[in-house]
Amino acid sequence: MTKGMSAGLQRVQVLDRVAMERTLARMAAEMVEHDAGPIMLVGIHTRGVPLASKLATLIEATSERTVPVGTLDITLYRDDVGPWRPAHSQPVLKRTHLPDSIDGVTVYLVDDVLFTGRTVRAALDSLLDYGRPRAVRLAVLIDRGHRELPIAADVVGKTVPTGLHEDVQVRLDDVDAECGVWIQKGGKGGNDGD
Amino acid sequence: MATEPAGRLSSKDLVGIAPLQAGEIQLILNTAAELLEVARRPIKKVPTLRGHTVVNLFMEPSTRTRFSFEVAEKRLSADTLNFSASASSVSKGETLFDTADNLMAMAPDFIVIRHPRSGAPHRLAKRVSASVINAGDGINEHPTQALLDAFTMQQRRGRLDGLKVVIAGDIRHSRVARSNTYLLTKMGADVHLVAPASLMPPGIESLGATTWLRLEPALEGADVVMMLRIQKERQQQCNFPSLREYFDFFALTPQRLRLARPNALVMHPGPMNRGVEIDSEVADGDQSVILEQVTNGVAIRMAILYLLAGGHGESASHS
Repeated sequence: MTKGMSAGLQRVQVLDRVAMERTLARMAAEMVEHDAGPIMLVGIHTRGVPLASKLATLIEATSERTVPVGTLDITLYRDDVGPWRPAHSQPVLKRTHLPDSIDGVTVYLVDDVLFTGRTVRAALDSLLDYGRPRAVRLAVLIDRGHRELPIAADVVGKTVPTGLHEDVQVRLDDVDAECGVWIQKGGKGGNDGD
Repeated sequence: MATEPAGRLSSKDLVGIAPLQAGEIQLILNTAAELLEVARRPIKKVPTLRGHTVVNLFMEPSTRTRFSFEVAEKRLSADTLNFSASASSVSKGETLFDTADNLMAMAPDFIVIRHPRSGAPHRLAKRVSASVINAGDGINEHPTQALLDAFTMQQRRGRLDGLKVVIAGDIRHSRVARSNTYLLTKMGADVHLVAPASLMPPGIESLGATTWLRLEPALEGADVVMMLRIQKERQQQCNFPSLREYFDFFALTPQRLRLARPNALVMHPGPMNRGVEIDSEVADGDQSVILEQVTNGVAIRMAILYLLAGGHGESASHS
């Protein structure tokens, strides 16, 4: 794949708005099926946060249970903060908020894209500093492969095989001007907004 | 209007408020607001600065600033080394640069310095590759104190812009007053300095503050009243007849506080001299945020360590 060449910059849609809504509904149904007990959804900043809210609304609508939603900022637990980062450009901190104690609760971590697995590793370390959940599960909208750590998702919206030099772009109404999932060919290899 | 935060700090060091831009100040305040949460967790520690070493070089007595830095460093998982003037070779005649060169041989990432000579942190910052953080130098600056004061005001009032802030006490010998004046004027607040003529430095108005030789007229419409400690150790000559007389004219009493806005905040950088610059009833009253300042101080110092901790090299992909 060409890198950064204008000819190589193609944008291919993987999910449109309708397909995304259908996918989220299926993910919510799987989560209900999986865990009969109390669950809490915790969205990882940035786009995991609106996804967690959407999934919680869907679960509450179909199963008549209350699903608390939290947010998690993993910045202080990243493995690339410090001497590996460019000088004086630390990531901006965002809010971590857990609505309730996580002790004895099944917690679903929610993120938009599962890639290397390093974000999830940081999220696990962060979450476990707040208590001892009964279980921690992982729900992602897109699994794009290329794991660098032994981590797998429990609920996946769509598995999308990608090249290392492609970007996966998840766009959501609450954060972005458009809604859907695209693959940008010839990118730097990442999830933008990351 | 809130100031737009900068993306990063432009220097490796924090030697004072004077060289900072308003956007950098806002970045530090915003970062501290998120770090306050760490103190409310069951495990009050994050792994962010694992493997970083901080030297706390205190050449002047300090309890709360040193403790506050140490708590901040430990909550971010940094390793800390404490040097104090009385216990170190400084008392045996070693120069600041010799001390610094020896410390650098141990490869610290940060040096937090409190020094009786104004400008010592600036000299040190040019000498060493570590990030230097000024924890108070002579009568020059005390930037982390000014940042935690502003942070407390912003948390309580939601803004700094347009606030009327009265700072009263020994302005001449106060690095807290200087740093606060730099910071608050940059952020659009209206700063009023109050001191007896003997303790008011000439030319201080050039920093953008209004000066008063009496407390009462300055208090009208004040949103914040900050009282400074009468620093007995810096009074070489008699600047006022007696502590009793100082209390009569310049102390913040319940009667005087009523001249300010009804819900004005009462602040003090500590340690307080009760019955000298502040009446106990005011210090312990509903409007006092003095203990909140202490809590906020830890978050501010964590924010500064976090923001200065960037190194060099490529950013790893993270997903």
